[in-house]
Amino acid sequence: MSDPILRLEGVYTNIAQYHILQGVDLEVPRGAVTMLLGRNGVGKTTTLRTIIGHWRAHQGRVLLDGQDITRMPTPAIARAGVGFVPEDMGIFANLTVEENMVLAAASGPIDGARLDWVFQAFPPLKTFWKSEAGNLSGGQKQMLSIARAMVEERRLYLIDEPTKGLAPAIVSTMARALRELKAQGASILLVEQNFSVARALGDTACVMDDGRIVWSGEMRELATDASLQERLMGLSMEAH
Amino acid sequence: MSMAPEHAPTMARLSLAQRLAPWMPVLLVPLLVVAGLLAIPNTSSWLTLTVSGLAMGMMIFLMASGLTLVFGLMDVINFGHGAFVSVGAFVGVSVLLMLGGMTGAPSLALNLAAMGLAVIGAMLATGAMGWAFEKVIVKPVYGHHLKQILVTMGGLIVVEQLIIVLWGPEEIYISRPEALKGAITFAGAALEKYRLVAVGLGLVVFAAMRWTLRRTKIGLIVRAGVENGEMVQALGYRLRLVFVGVFIAGSALAGLGGVMWGLYQEVVSAHMGNQAMILIFIVVIIGGLGSVEGCFIGALLVGLMQNYVAFLEPKVALISNIGLMVAILMWRPMGMIPVVKAK
Ligand SMILES: Nc1ncnc2c1ncn2[C@@H]1O[C@H](COP(=O)(O)OP(=O)(O)OP(=O)(O)O)[C@@H](O)[C@H]1O
Ligand SMILES: [Mg+2]
Repeated sequence: MSDPILRLEGVYTNIAQYHILQGVDLEVPRGAVTMLLGRNGVGKTTTLRTIIGHWRAHQGRVLLDGQDITRMPTPAIARAGVGFVPEDMGIFANLTVEENMVLAAASGPIDGARLDWVFQAFPPLKTFWKSEAGNLSGGQKQMLSIARAMVEERRLYLIDEPTKGLAPAIVSTMARALRELKAQGASILLVEQNFSVARALGDTACVMDDGRIVWSGEMRELATDASLQERLMGLSMEAH
Repeated sequence: MSMAPEHAPTMARLSLAQRLAPWMPVLLVPLLVVAGLLAIPNTSSWLTLTVSGLAMGMMIFLMASGLTLVFGLMDVINFGHGAFVSVGAFVGVSVLLMLGGMTGAPSLALNLAAMGLAVIGAMLATGAMGWAFEKVIVKPVYGHHLKQILVTMGGLIVVEQLIIVLWGPEEIYISRPEALKGAITFAGAALEKYRLVAVGLGLVVFAAMRWTLRRTKIGLIVRAGVENGEMVQALGYRLRLVFVGVFIAGSALAGLGGVMWGLYQEVVSAHMGNQAMILIFIVVIIGGLGSVEGCFIGALLVGLMQNYVAFLEPKVALISNIGLMVAILMWRPMGMIPVVKAK
């Protein structure tokens, strides 16, 4: 197997006086979907924010394709090819859908074919292209947030809970879009609480607890082992 | 729950009040003008006051527009902004005094050329000063409001003292260029030429700012950054560089406002910027922090209010603007055009 696209080595992150990440070791293989799972508040979002550089690792290293990005400024990490979909979606509400997308295509004008693909995955974005993003529904905002990452080819996608609070019909729209992204050979690190989505999309999985990765392996293995799930996350997927 | 499918939005039938709501701030300007007409019995006085209120508003807008973006973009409270107004005025006036031949000639073209040079000189000086001010004074205190207030006020005092060192402690009197003296008569009302120039210049600057913010990528980055700077960086843009650029542009605009204001009052002093800060802050707050449109409307309201009330009841002129601020904040606590902030 080739080198991973992303590797975290013993990452510690403090927020104010709190030690949130306490030695995270994690690998995202190239061209695969890696699920980052775990109970609420264990540090999944903090891990993604540390990778993109919103929080700084106090110890340890973050390697993108072998390159040390631990101390790189956030814009440089983004330019190095990391697409980020934050947990709160990070939509620019005062800008139109179009303006949000134009900004997301940081390296130049939006590629027409790629935009068609985005529209086909998320038709409402085409309908509301000229509307202010603040007027979109919650689900449409989430579509826009993912579409912003999809609008350019990235080396790595960091996606934080894309189905949070969405109705089942929209969850499947999201899952379909992510599956298409995966089919293009994208490397994705995905935080997801919806287990059926996690099981359907994930190739590998890392489970966090208390600021550490406590288990990592094949998603298939985790999906079929109810007692392992019970032990790692306090519930079993079969119940869902 | 709404049954409208998301692919085919239907337009709800809005009442007139709902349709007007987004335009209310803009409508306040004509409303105030009409109120002025009702309160001031003499139509020609009203017209004179309206033009001078608009001119004053435009100049306040020039001085305030940079401050609102600096606050919106980086959450920086700059109490030293008035320093750029003063420095701009002194540099501009110095240039005009040097170009006495051009300003004294009764030729509109020569006069405007001299003013243009004065404005360019002032904007270059205050732009450069803004760059240094950001680097030395503002950058070390990002994220600390109290320190920002103290340090930028300190910066203002230092700049005022530097002006006194360079230009002396006395106020400098300056008369307007020859062709811009006096007034034209329109519908029986005397309209000062200089004020008409100020109105025109303010409109041009406002249109240029709006165009830049709406139609260019830099403008998009600035607007997005006002809302959620963290996300702008996660998309690959170096917000700090953009902020420095905005700080420089805002300082240069304050310098431009300072020249215009100095010529309007026909006297400049080291403290004039600080004195203007009260009105500037009122305008920035009632407009909505970070909103250029709000700042523009707020400035026009303040300018008109000040002039109407000074005519009707001179003693309460300044209070009237505080009253205006209170009324607007009771109506819209985040200002007339509130900027949605992330988190
Ligand atoms: N800005 C902050 N200040 C202080 N503590 C924080 C901050 N952000 C996160 N934390 C703490 O860090 C811990 C990890 O939070 P994080 O958001 O990474 O969890 P998570 O795994 O993403 O949880 P969830 O599944 O609920 O999204 C939590 O205990 C949280 O309270
Ligand atoms: Mg989270």
